[in-house]
Amino acid sequence: MRLTNEQIERYSRQIILKEVGGKGQEKLLNSKVLVIGAGGLGSPALLYLASAGVGTIGIVDGDKVDITNLQRQIIHFTEDVNKEKIYSAKEKIAKINPHVRVITYNTKVNASNIREIVREFDFIIDGTDNFPAKFLINDACFFEKKPFSHGGILRFQGQTFTYLPENACYRCIFDSPPPKGVVPTCSEAGIIGVMAGLLGVIQASEAIKYILSAGQLLTNKLLFVDLLNIEFRTINFKKNKNCPLCGENPKIKDLIDYETEICDLKN
Amino acid sequence: MKLTVNGKIESFEKESLTIEELLKLKKVKMPEMVTVELNGTILEREKFKTTYVKDNDSIEFIYYMGGGSPII
Ligand SMILES: [Zn+2]
Repeated sequence: MRLTNEQIERYSRQIILKEVGGKGQEKLLNSKVLVIGAGGLGSPALLYLASAGVGTIGIVDGDKVDITNLQRQIIHFTEDVNKEKIYSAKEKIAKINPHVRVITYNTKVNASNIREIVREFDFIIDGTDNFPAKFLINDACFFEKKPFSHGGILRFQGQTFTYLPENACYRCIFDSPPPKGVVPTCSEAGIIGVMAGLLGVIQASEAIKYILSAGQLLTNKLLFVDLLNIEFRTINFKKNKNCPLCGENPKIKDLIDYETEICDLKN
Repeated sequence: MKLTVNGKIESFEKESLTIEELLKLKKVKMPEMVTVELNGTILEREKFKTTYVKDNDSIEFIYYMGGGSPII
């Protein structure tokens, strides 16, 4: 694949970076990134992945745009209310960068469809808002040996880490989802839009660095951000020998569909 | 003793505390929902009662965080 003059011009500000260059740009154009959830985290991630020239972007979302989404889900506009999120997102991507191939999945992820979907991609971004989905993505990526970026946000805080095969997974920290209703969701406890934005951008950055093999990833590290007190902290963690998925005596051998309303009480 | 709790150095009157006592002292809400990391290693929940922290230990309380888009 050779870069066209238009591509060289469009991506010139990143091609001049030694971590990118023409080779790196070609890697991006040949890469496939999946974003699960076109919401608060997925919106900024999708916009930046598209602008950067990630060649194929997958979007999984079964929801329609609601007016309450617009405060943080910046890929969706007022005129998109009631439109399927995947179509709203796809339209914006086409306007930013018409060369990106967008694959849409108008569905929710579950134990029977997720492995087939993630298998098609090089890197996965978890932009979901509930624990059953987060554990499902972790487990599916573990079984499919796919790297992914985890993101969780609440109020003014967020946490993110990057899973690479053979390294620590989400269950190394949290062995199973919290019981129903115990941990509040964004719809119950609130979320400041900029927190979702910041975390989604970090997730896109991880995807881009992974594709470029550049710099350090948040692997075996959990980044904790508190925007209210403007605190950024990285907590090192290791592969946990007691992890029920990737530990020495794994109990989990297959995907689990946890009860969906576990923490999604009001959506 | 001095402990580093969530990245901040704090002084404690007692010279040793169990993780369970520390969670109470730090007024951690829903301690059963918190993952505890002691000096870089995730501690099993069953060991909160029997594991003691000592001077210069580093403890992280890690909470569940959801957020994003409802996808399931
Ligand atoms: Zn694990």
